[in-house]
Amino acid sequence: MGVEKNEFKYCEKPEVVNVDTDILLIGGGMACCGAAYEGAKWATPKGLRITMVDKASADRSGAVAQGLSAINTYCGENDPADYVKYVRTDLMGVIREDLVYDLGRHVDNSVHLFEEWGLPVWKRAEDGSTQDGSKPAPKLTEGGKPVRSGRWQIMINGESYKVIVAEAAKKALEYNRKETGVEQNLYERVFISELIHDKNDPNRVAGAIGFSVRENKVYVFTAKTMLLACGGAVNVYRPRSTAEGQGRAWYPIWNAGTTYALAAQAGCELVLMENRFVPARFKDGYGPVGAWFLFFKCKATNSLGEDYCATNLQAANDDFGKYAEDPHKLTTAMRNHMMMIDMKAGKGPILMRTHEAMQALGETMTPKQMKHLEAEAWEDFLDMCIGQAVVWAGNNIEPDKLPSEMMPTEPYLLGSHAGCAGIWVSGPGDIAGIPDEWHWGYNRMTTVDGLFTAGDGVGASGHKFSSGSHAEGRIVGKAMTAYCLDHADYKPELGRDVDEVIGEIYLPMEIFGKNKDYSTDPDVNPFYIRPKMFQARLQKIMDEYVAGVSTWYTTSKTMLEKGLEHLNLLKEDAGKMAAEDLHELMRCWENYHRLMAGEAHAQHILFREDTRYPGYYFRADHFYVDDENWRCFTISKYDRDSHTWSLSKRDYVQVVPD
Amino acid sequence: MPSFVIKEKCDGCKGQERTACMYICPNDLMKLDVDRMLAWNQEPDQCWECYNCVKICPQQAIEVRGYADFVPLGGNVIPLRGTDAIMWTIKFRNGTLKRFKFPIRTTAEGSIDLYSGKPEHDYDNLKKPGFFNMTEYPTL
Repeated sequence: MGVEKNEFKYCEKPEVVNVDTDILLIGGGMACCGAAYEGAKWATPKGLRITMVDKASADRSGAVAQGLSAINTYCGENDPADYVKYVRTDLMGVIREDLVYDLGRHVDNSVHLFEEWGLPVWKRAEDGSTQDGSKPAPKLTEGGKPVRSGRWQIMINGESYKVIVAEAAKKALEYNRKETGVEQNLYERVFISELIHDKNDPNRVAGAIGFSVRENKVYVFTAKTMLLACGGAVNVYRPRSTAEGQGRAWYPIWNAGTTYALAAQAGCELVLMENRFVPARFKDGYGPVGAWFLFFKCKATNSLGEDYCATNLQAANDDFGKYAEDPHKLTTAMRNHMMMIDMKAGKGPILMRTHEAMQALGETMTPKQMKHLEAEAWEDFLDMCIGQAVVWAGNNIEPDKLPSEMMPTEPYLLGSHAGCAGIWVSGPGDIAGIPDEWHWGYNRMTTVDGLFTAGDGVGASGHKFSSGSHAEGRIVGKAMTAYCLDHADYKPELGRDVDEVIGEIYLPMEIFGKNKDYSTDPDVNPFYIRPKMFQARLQKIMDEYVAGVSTWYTTSKTMLEKGLEHLNLLKEDAGKMAAEDLHELMRCWENYHRLMAGEAHAQHILFREDTRYPGYYFRADHFYVDDENWRCFTISKYDRDSHTWSLSKRDYVQVVPD
Repeated sequence: MPSFVIKEKCDGCKGQERTACMYICPNDLMKLDVDRMLAWNQEPDQCWECYNCVKICPQQAIEVRGYADFVPLGGNVIPLRGTDAIMWTIKFRNGTLKRFKFPIRTTAEGSIDLYSGKPEHDYDNLKKPGFFNMTEYPTL
């Protein structure tokens, strides 16, 4: 962006606020809250300043903003090595096993903190019944038995999950602020849109620039080290609901791909950006199905009552071999594929048979127990996806009486849920047998010096979920302290002219002011594009050429090449985005970040010549999983000056034996 | 328009430092019309129906009307969030009512004690795996 020079003739130049710190946390979700908690403990006695900058408010920021009904990663009695096997199977055999193992051995400590801080964790009573987390019971650390909805998942009363985690993070920041004598170290409603490299080292990060969405102020942060953890990418694709209901994205709609875009622009290597997640969820409301499958033992069938994972296993096996063989070891992606075989054959709608599951459970239960069960079923939605309860209420669907439709959603890019797109990072280093390029110093540092990531940002390491993202943030908070102590003499100097960057950031406001009166309707004007239409154009391109829902997630070399042509034109037009106010200015940059994330995704799918994730996307011209040539990482690097991507393969190494 | 503000109930959070809904919305959707002292959702199609504005509104002036492109009219889901529990009232299109109450927190708001009673950190462990309160860990 930034083809025109902004002379601030039509929009007011913002006040510049300079903030110098040692450790900058960009984002306010689980990862950055974890980094604040652990980081403050290590960094504060050494006089290191920690600052958090978040586009929302930490109490309800990030993917857990609404709450959750389960913690999906809690190892408990399980060996972290088994967690590696589970993640490897679900992500089609290509993961960073050092990172996944490291996550698995740390995650429980964060869960124990959550419970200590006040998060209600369901417990299994001695008589086998489930009791909610407010009942007196031993804590997990005292031998209390969690209610497992699956091998790795535990149930919680998680409406206030994020509020609780944020309280600890804010207190940690406050502790650090007071001890280091800083006036302010939590900046909310400030959207970071640019990272700035160091003047003396283009591969080192020195600053981050963003703007307030509430006041005409631009913030210029300088820091020794940064954690970039702003979640995944949502609404890169045309959603199934294109009117009001597009707000009901499965993943949080405010996750704008900022993590991937800023990392790519900074010169970080990205990994497995072809990976995506296409969750099968309750239709339209996108309510969670995990607890229904795992906890209530609910079955999904086509409308003829057939189990599509049984009837289509042979067809899937014909195309994808060993990845569709053992009915007990089917990946989430493969189950999607078999579901879609039936949808294409007109055997839909696919039904979640909630009524039969509830009836079966009810056969051995008292009416009181049934009522408890019904409440548990509703809580699954009310804790984390209230919109689904609204859908059921509007359609008169009581899950114990009627089945519900299920549907694969539009694609999402993420690295912490059941996907593994993201950034290549250094691992923990104590794992035997890993290649040198998996570990070069600081845990979870990217290939750009001083720049760390966590949660959705770390690639090739999925299935972290909320607890894992927090734990990973803590790992980073500690590693960033080590980085600062090792580089005590480093004084960050910005490698770009700050006025020029500020001019670029506010250009959409200048363009709007300059041209808005040319036409009688400010929405239709030949001199600019507003971010809403920019997003619609991006979503249409991604949907039609890069394996969105309209092609049943199918693409090919020729389609991708044409799609990338369209994306390049869109990127040129990004220099003509227009914003009427600061809120719309944030939308401009969010959508530019979505474009960058989408472009990375398309480049990776084009590079990888197999269908690694059948059910998430299909390469029609490579309709197979090719382990001989493609059981490997795909790495990309973006050149900001030439707008070009270079892609390469990197060896996968199995660390944990089968 | 997923979350909406009931005109009669909204007072623009007058007398308070900031408007509760503007403070909490994770997607920066809520705006205050200062002249009328009324809040509104400026981008309904970007609303996740996370209900954070509904839960925080001191006047209970915010509700959610289901997404008009796929939710039939007439249903309603209304929370009442306290300090340790949340009450939900679900009204179906056909009038059926359901009420649920779930715990949300087992400790008092603001009571988190960060580090006391936990092991002190040891800088010799700074570059090793583990946390300040977790010095033993398995490896491969």
